Amino acid sequence: MKILVGVKRVVDYNVRIQVKADGSGVATDGVKMSMNPFDEIAVEEALRIKEAGKAEEVIAVTIGPKVCQEQLRTALAMGADRAIHVETDDDIQPLTGARILKALADKEEPKIVLLGKQAIDDDNNQTAQMLGALSHWPQATFASEVEINGDTALVTREIDAGLETLSVDLPAVISVDLRLNEPRYVKLPDIMKAKRKPIETVTVADLNVEVAGSVKVLKTSAPAKRQAGIKVDSVDELVAVLKEKGLI
Amino acid sequence: MSKVLVIAEHDGSQLNGSTARAVACASELGLEAVDVVVLASDGSSVADQAAKLTGVSTVLLVQNPVNEHAVAALLAPQIEALAVDYSHVFAPSTTFGKDLMPRVAAHLGVPQISDIMRVESSTVFDRPVYAGNAVVTVEAAEGLVVGTVRTASYSAVTEEGSASVEVRGVSVTLPSHTRYEGLKTSGGGDRPDLQAAAKVVSGGRGVGSEENFSAIYGLADKLGAGVGASRAAVDAGFIPNDHQVGQTGKIIAPELYMAFGISGAIQHLAGIKDAGTIVAVNKDADAPIFEVADYGLVGDLFEVIEELEKAL
Repeated sequence: MKILVGVKRVVDYNVRIQVKADGSGVATDGVKMSMNPFDEIAVEEALRIKEAGKAEEVIAVTIGPKVCQEQLRTALAMGADRAIHVETDDDIQPLTGARILKALADKEEPKIVLLGKQAIDDDNNQTAQMLGALSHWPQATFASEVEINGDTALVTREIDAGLETLSVDLPAVISVDLRLNEPRYVKLPDIMKAKRKPIETVTVADLNVEVAGSVKVLKTSAPAKRQAGIKVDSVDELVAVLKEKGLI
Repeated sequence: MSKVLVIAEHDGSQLNGSTARAVACASELGLEAVDVVVLASDGSSVADQAAKLTGVSTVLLVQNPVNEHAVAALLAPQIEALAVDYSHVFAPSTTFGKDLMPRVAAHLGVPQISDIMRVESSTVFDRPVYAGNAVVTVEAAEGLVVGTVRTASYSAVTEEGSASVEVRGVSVTLPSHTRYEGLKTSGGGDRPDLQAAAKVVSGGRGVGSEENFSAIYGLADKLGAGVGASRAAVDAGFIPNDHQVGQTGKIIAPELYMAFGISGAIQHLAGIKDAGTIVAVNKDADAPIFEVADYGLVGDLFEVIEELEKAL
């Protein structure tokens, strides 16, 4: 059984992003870039399924410009067997991304596609569900526990009401949430080994994918800021101001 | 045929409050009609509740035993069949809507606009990116507009409506590859729902343990407040996941938010930006939570809670 796992290059989660003054986007020049944290969890889960003897091969996939190979190397250093880079300089939105992943899934025939539940740049939270739709596969989103039992998976999902469990037939798309696992640290020898692992490069055209209509970004602005408040010195003072506002 | 269909979120008997907020957003589109669809096993009482929402023209009720639980792979084909009569299909951006709507959009071959926080026109919207640290104004692609509504950005519409309820049959083939197995809730008892509560008392890593969280629950009960938590507190196992507030948890907008022992990571702040008044209590005077708090108090959270309870 193969597992396909999606990897996206994003601004590192520790970076305090700056909106450009001309409204054209956020500043990314010289900013630290990393693998989307949710995708790291997806890679880790794929590796754990393989290490448990339930999968033979883990294939990492990314879509984007040449530099995205850095994140594929990270996935390979973590333990993925090989990688596919769908190289493009275009802005690929979730629906087109899902079509690309479907084309790769048709070719590679994985039993599971593992994706982060959202990327921390655009916060869309769409691609896994869209891939599920296009493939007519089951989807189990926001997973905090995954158990593979032969041809099915039992997935615990973090939803607003609590923890929901779904049983899905494989192949299936699973999107992962933060508490699924803690990704391993990559060791230096693994980084060296990863350099010898293969990365196959393909284009969107190679995959015969039709680019979907896209959501056009007209401008990017800084969010409305909350007014800075005051420090109170005692509980009595706090109670007094809250009472005055009719809040308690 | 400029109409919007809002997908109702419910638990089979109660309409979830997120639906009335999504209706508020949908009403701003300025279209000919705002309809709501209730997909349920029975759902007649849910449909009656939806019919009272101000601004709703018609409530469609799709009854099917498979709709007993909200499984995206089963709901999506039914919504796709209904969508042909509409220019827009919206749902609340709760885990329900987030799971469901991209599946609908992809099948119909259109992109989705996630987390709509402002309607500029029927095709132009604002939405947050980078955990709310930037806002993008986006224009929808041509064709059907599929969107999810950031519920914290909208107040629920009132309940002065009297829409008609239409039972609608939808004949589509549904897959059998996905089975609902169960739901474990943390059983909040009589406490108000976190997303609907006017007041929320929240605890973070500083609370220290699951046992210590009883102080947070105690104060919440005294105030009639919902209980929230930071990711750190949930990760540490102090409290179940459905209490998490933040970028990847719940985005809330209570009138009063009280944060105890929460440092204020960007991801947490993303979930409370729209709160009316934020109170923060933390031992660390430099904690970033104080940058957004209306009232900050530096001190031991347990002592503060004890004093607060006495003063209330």
